[in-house]
Amino acid sequence: MWKQCLAITRLNLYSIPRRWSSAIVIVVGLAGVVAVFCALLAMTEGVRTTLRATGQPGNVIVLRAGSSAELNSGLSREAVTLIREAPGLARDAAGHPLASGEIIVVTELLKRGETSGGANVSLRGVDPRAGFALRPQLRIIAGRRFTPGLRELIVGSGLKREFQGAALGQTLRTRGSVWTIVGVFESGDAHDSELWADIDVAQSTFGRTGFSSVLAATDTAPGSLHVFEDHLTSDPRLNVDVQSESDYFDSQTRTFRATIGVVAGVVTFIMGLGAVFAALNTMYAAVAARVREIATLRAIGFAGGAVLVSVMAESLALALVGGVIGVLIAYLLFNGLTVSTLSDNFTQLVFSFRMTPRLVARGLLIALAVGMIGGFLPALRAARLPITTALRAS
Amino acid sequence: MTRFGFVMANLFRRKTRGTLTLLSVVSAFLLFGLLQAVHVLFNAGVDFVGATRVVTQARVSFTSALPLRLLSEITAIPGVSEVMHETWFGGVWQTNTPLTTFATVPEQLHAVYPEWVMPEAEWRAFAATRTGMIVGRQVADQFGWKVGQKIPLASNIYPRKDGSKAWAFDLVGIFDGKDENWQRQTTQEFINYAYFDEENQFGRGNVNIYVEKLKQGADPAAVAHAIDARFENSTDETKTQTEREFNVGFVKQIGDIGLIVRWILSAVFFTLLLVVGNTMAQSVRERIPELAVLKTLGFTDASVLGFVIAEAAAFCILGGLIGLALATGVGALVERKLGGFLPLAVDAGVWATGFAAMVAMSLAVGLLPALRAKRLNIVDALAGR
Repeated sequence: MWKQCLAITRLNLYSIPRRWSSAIVIVVGLAGVVAVFCALLAMTEGVRTTLRATGQPGNVIVLRAGSSAELNSGLSREAVTLIREAPGLARDAAGHPLASGEIIVVTELLKRGETSGGANVSLRGVDPRAGFALRPQLRIIAGRRFTPGLRELIVGSGLKREFQGAALGQTLRTRGSVWTIVGVFESGDAHDSELWADIDVAQSTFGRTGFSSVLAATDTAPGSLHVFEDHLTSDPRLNVDVQSESDYFDSQTRTFRATIGVVAGVVTFIMGLGAVFAALNTMYAAVAARVREIATLRAIGFAGGAVLVSVMAESLALALVGGVIGVLIAYLLFNGLTVSTLSDNFTQLVFSFRMTPRLVARGLLIALAVGMIGGFLPALRAARLPITTALRAS
Repeated sequence: MTRFGFVMANLFRRKTRGTLTLLSVVSAFLLFGLLQAVHVLFNAGVDFVGATRVVTQARVSFTSALPLRLLSEITAIPGVSEVMHETWFGGVWQTNTPLTTFATVPEQLHAVYPEWVMPEAEWRAFAATRTGMIVGRQVADQFGWKVGQKIPLASNIYPRKDGSKAWAFDLVGIFDGKDENWQRQTTQEFINYAYFDEENQFGRGNVNIYVEKLKQGADPAAVAHAIDARFENSTDETKTQTEREFNVGFVKQIGDIGLIVRWILSAVFFTLLLVVGNTMAQSVRERIPELAVLKTLGFTDASVLGFVIAEAAAFCILGGLIGLALATGVGALVERKLGGFLPLAVDAGVWATGFAAMVAMSLAVGLLPALRAKRLNIVDALAGR
């Protein structure tokens, strides 16, 4: 039986080039389905990795209770002082707690190629010491850090790439103040979509006395997160939520990701259905074209099962080729493509499409599933051909 | 047998093949209908919004506040007839359903947006009830809200004076849109600004945007420019755009939805072209002797060409019609299930684009096989050469 299967399958596969014009329907159909599927999911994957990468282990973010994003949050100066002095926080070499009181101010920039409109971007005021110490992933790739006390900005690399007027040395006018861009940084996460300034300068320039959030590192001692959290939540002067930095950023584009997920599901399902019909068509034609050949094989003793396996194998092989082409198309066209969307902070989040191995595997699995469904019925027909009449077919 | 009957009979001569081809066309057009509807949805609030209103936001971003005192200054600008202001409330229904809720002044809303249709008594009730709220028809239908109910809403931005985020409003009216396009936009809620401003913990006397209704014949660009010039170099610089530009700008922030839809559609149609084109080529190949017989009987080259193209067109149009009809049904179903949040309307515009696509497809897949059929040499074809 095994040998029979192998023999006919080989025969089938070798004869595909002679029938390429109909075989190509399966290949192209599946390439289309898989490319669309992978491209859409590469988008959500890109957003997810960008946001997930933002959280350093051990870092926590403190927001006003009930705020879903930094933009909606607000903490008074007194509250921030209390938070900084809470037990459980890590300290730097000089003994200061590793905590950065920060504000987010929204400003508008034009996307590249736009002449009107403008999209929201975040301007983050950070503690010049702790702000950087808490984010070791951040590197200055051009220029230098801002000087505390001066109206200087550093700009995330994603922002610089996608927006106008954010290059090194340029000045940025916002809310009646003029800032100079003195550096470009790269952190490979959500901060790449931000402008950074000194917190004190930002507060005085924008007339803000309070903060949006506090980012802090908890002590490495076990349980210090709980100590810190319990302390804050039991203090009647404070009304705050504590969550890990990675959880916070992960929650930021949940809606966007869920929407794209649904779209990808629906589109792939309908396209996949179309591809199944096309595959059925092709395989029926392939069987019909070889009626006599199959009948002959059956007559000289090959089993129906072997014929069935061979037709299925052909369909699967074509589907797999299609799937691989689809993955390649999605990879070449979209992998690394940088775009931006609106985050829950109501500001732009720059991210790149990312094809992960898991995504590739899922795409190929879809291709194989379509090939399997599209091949089965024609294979069944081939296996059940009445030998005598089929032999006389013209 | 009529020519039409002849074409139809050939369509399903091979039942499986005909049906399967048709089904793949159907699924392509189902997707086409739905995606076009999504595309229209994201450009909604664009095409039917006239140029009778302009929107003023803070120059830095519409998320930052403008003080309420600009109201009188804007009202005084030539060309402006009515002004209203809106503030994003950040409304959340139950635990996790975000709503589109704005705090505004009832009389101003009524004057600036005649497109919202509601009985005068309800407008008066809205103005007279401090804790009043009016909601769009789609919202009311979705949550089953009735006039007279007390609606508990949370705000993810504004705590009340006592620190809690649980607000409650009296539903005093349900508004409709003046036409189908506006009806589709009835996914918003409005609350009374006076109550909101007094009861919330911070930001007293601030608003997000001003919407100005223009006097008849006023030039929107000139008025917008005049407003921005009025506040230039002040602490509250403004950016004024037409309502249309404002809406487009807002959607654009989410990303280029149009681009993504176009990418998917071209992938779908390229695939479809190949599938149907292949079937047509195959069916012509099989019928070469037959076509030769037709020619022998006296059918001209042109009419044989016509037969083949008509066959391709029949697949595309039949499949297209079924696909679009399905899309219309699915769209209506989604609209009913999800209410205002995804008003997928496969409307006349989508159907028109669909028809154009069907015609283009018919020619694209039919032309090559048809030309082959036309050029057929009778003697060679009959001899099977």
